[in-house]
Amino acid sequence: MLAMLLRRLFLGLVTVWIVSMIIFAGVEMLPGDSCTAFLEREAQGKLLENCREAQGLNRPAAERYFDWATSAARGDLGISANGEKSIAELVGDRLGNSLLLAACSLALGVPLAIFLGVVTGLWRDRPVDLAVSTLAIFAMTIPEFVSATVLILIFSVWLGWLPGIVLTSASAPASEFFPEIILPVLVLTMVMTAHILRMVRSSVIEVMVGDYIQMATLKGVPYWRIVFRHALPNALLPAINVVALTIAWLLGGVVVIEVVFNYPGLGRMMIDAISDRDLPVVQAIALIVATVYVCVNLSADILTMFANPRLRTLHMRRG
Amino acid sequence: MTVTSAPPQNTRLMRTLSVLRDVVSRPSGAIGLFLVVFHVVLALVSPWIVPYDYKAMNSAMMLTGPEATHWLGTDHLGRDVFTRVLLGGREALLVTGIATPIAVTWGGFVGILFGLIGGRIDEVLMRVVDAFLSLPWILKMLVLIVTFGTGVEVLIPTLAFFYGIPVIRIARAATHDVVARDFVSAARARGHSRMTIIRHELLPNVLDTLMVEGAMRWSWMLLAFSSLSFLGFGVSPPTPDWGLMIADARGFMSFAPWGVLGPVIALSSLIIGINLTADALAKALGIDRAQKAPV
Repeated sequence: MLAMLLRRLFLGLVTVWIVSMIIFAGVEMLPGDSCTAFLEREAQGKLLENCREAQGLNRPAAERYFDWATSAARGDLGISANGEKSIAELVGDRLGNSLLLAACSLALGVPLAIFLGVVTGLWRDRPVDLAVSTLAIFAMTIPEFVSATVLILIFSVWLGWLPGIVLTSASAPASEFFPEIILPVLVLTMVMTAHILRMVRSSVIEVMVGDYIQMATLKGVPYWRIVFRHALPNALLPAINVVALTIAWLLGGVVVIEVVFNYPGLGRMMIDAISDRDLPVVQAIALIVATVYVCVNLSADILTMFANPRLRTLHMRRG
Repeated sequence: MTVTSAPPQNTRLMRTLSVLRDVVSRPSGAIGLFLVVFHVVLALVSPWIVPYDYKAMNSAMMLTGPEATHWLGTDHLGRDVFTRVLLGGREALLVTGIATPIAVTWGGFVGILFGLIGGRIDEVLMRVVDAFLSLPWILKMLVLIVTFGTGVEVLIPTLAFFYGIPVIRIARAATHDVVARDFVSAARARGHSRMTIIRHELLPNVLDTLMVEGAMRWSWMLLAFSSLSFLGFGVSPPTPDWGLMIADARGFMSFAPWGVLGPVIALSSLIIGINLTADALAKALGIDRAQKAPV
C-alpha cells in the first residue's frame, strides 16, 4: 500500500518535471524572447544586448532552465517581462478569484450531478431519464461561450435580473463578487453537472445489474436499502476521478468563460499574457495550472485507492 | 468491444452497413446523422445558394430586424446575417474535417505501437502524454497561433497535433486489451513483424474504439475552433464564421438579438448533431462513451 502510494507520488513528480521541460522548451522554441517583446521596435543592436545581459538571457538554455525550475520549486516565479512586479504577486489575486469561481461551481454542481445521476440511473429510459439526459447532452456539447451568451441574453438583457458582466477589480475581497459571479457559476455548473451526471448514471446502471444486487433482491432486502447500502458506495467510486478531472478543467479551461464575463481570473490573465508576449508570466501560469492538474488527479487516485478495498488489495498483490 | 480477426473485404462492408443501420435506427442517431449531413451538404453548396454577398456592407441598413429581404436582419456593418450564417460553418468544417482524421491516425498509430512494444519506453511516453494533457488546451494552441498566425495552414497542424495526444492514450489502452490474447502471441510466434501484427491483428480490434474517439475529437475540435474564433484568434474577418459572428453581435444583443441567435443555433445544432451521432455509434459498436470526462 505504502509502496503504491510512493510510486504514484513519484510518477506525479516526474510528470510535473516533464511539464516544466515542455513549457521551457516550448517558450524557448518561439521566435523572440521577453527582451524583444519589451523593447518592441527598438529591439536591435546595443539595446537588445544590454537587455539580454541584464536579464541573463545570453546564458546557455540548460543553465537558465535549471535556474528557473529551482526557483519555481521554491515558490519564486520570477519577474514579469514588462514590469518590475513579481509574478507571484500578480498571479496571487487571480488564482484566488479562479479558485472562488471553481469552488462555487463545485459546491453547486457536484451534489446536483450525483443526485441527477442516481435518479436517471435508477429510472433508466423512463421520462425523467430521457428529459435529464437530453438536457445533459445540450449542456455539455454547446460551447461555453454560446450558453454564456444565451444566459446573458435571457437573464440580464431581457429579464434584467442579474448583471451580465463582472466589474469588480481583481484584488477585491470574495464577498464583492456577488451577485456578478452568479451567471459565470451557472454556466460552469451546467457543463460540469452534465459530465459528472453521465458518468454517475452509467456507473449506477452497471452496478444495479450486478450479481450481488440480484442476490440482495432475492434475499428480500428492501429496495432503498439495496440502493443506499449496496449499490451507491460502489457506483460513486468512479465519480471521484471525473470530479478530479473537472476541477482541473475548471482551473485551466475556463478561459473562455472568464473572457465572456470579464471575470478577473487566471484564464483571462493567461490570454492577456499570451497577447502581450509576456513569456515569464505565460510560463508561470502554465506551470501552476499543470501542477494543480497533476495534484488533483493524484489525490483522486489516492482517494479511490483508500475507498475501494478491492483496488487496494489488487495493487498490493501486484507489488 | 468484440474481438474479430481481420474479416474479408465484403463482410467488412456488410458490417459497416449494419452498424450504420443500427445508428439510424436509434432516434438520437437518426437526428444526429441528419444534422451532420445537413451541415456538411450546406457547407458544400452554400456559396451558390446564398442570397447576398457575405462581405457587401450597406451603411443604410445597419442592425435592421428580420424582414422579407433579410430573413435574419443585418449586422452592425449592414451585412445580411442569413447569408453569413449559411456560410459560417465552412471554414470550421474544412479545418476540423482535415485535422480530425490526421489526429486520429497519428495518435492511433503511436498508441497502438507503444501498446504493443510496452516496457520502459511505453512508461516514458505515457508520462509525456500526461504532461501534455495537464496543460490547458487553449494555452498550448494560443501560444502557437499568436506566434505563427491564424491561417488555415497553422490551425490544421496545430489542432491535429494537440488533439492526437489524447488519442494515443485511448488507442494504447484498447491495444492493451487485445495484446495479451492468443492470436497476437501466435502472430508473434510465427515471426511476423510489428507492422504486420499491427495491421492484421491489432488494428481490426482497435478500429471501433478509434472511430468513436474520432467522432468525439471532431466535436471537441469544433468547440476549440469556434472558441478560438470567438476570442479573436481564429479566422480573420471578413470571413464569415459562427464564433466570430457571435463575438461581434454580442455587443448589440440588447436591441438586435437576432444577430446572436442565428449563429448560436447553427453552431449548436452542428455540435449536438456530431455528439448524438458519436453516442449512437458508440452504442452500436458496444463502447461505453459516458465514462469519458472532459480533457
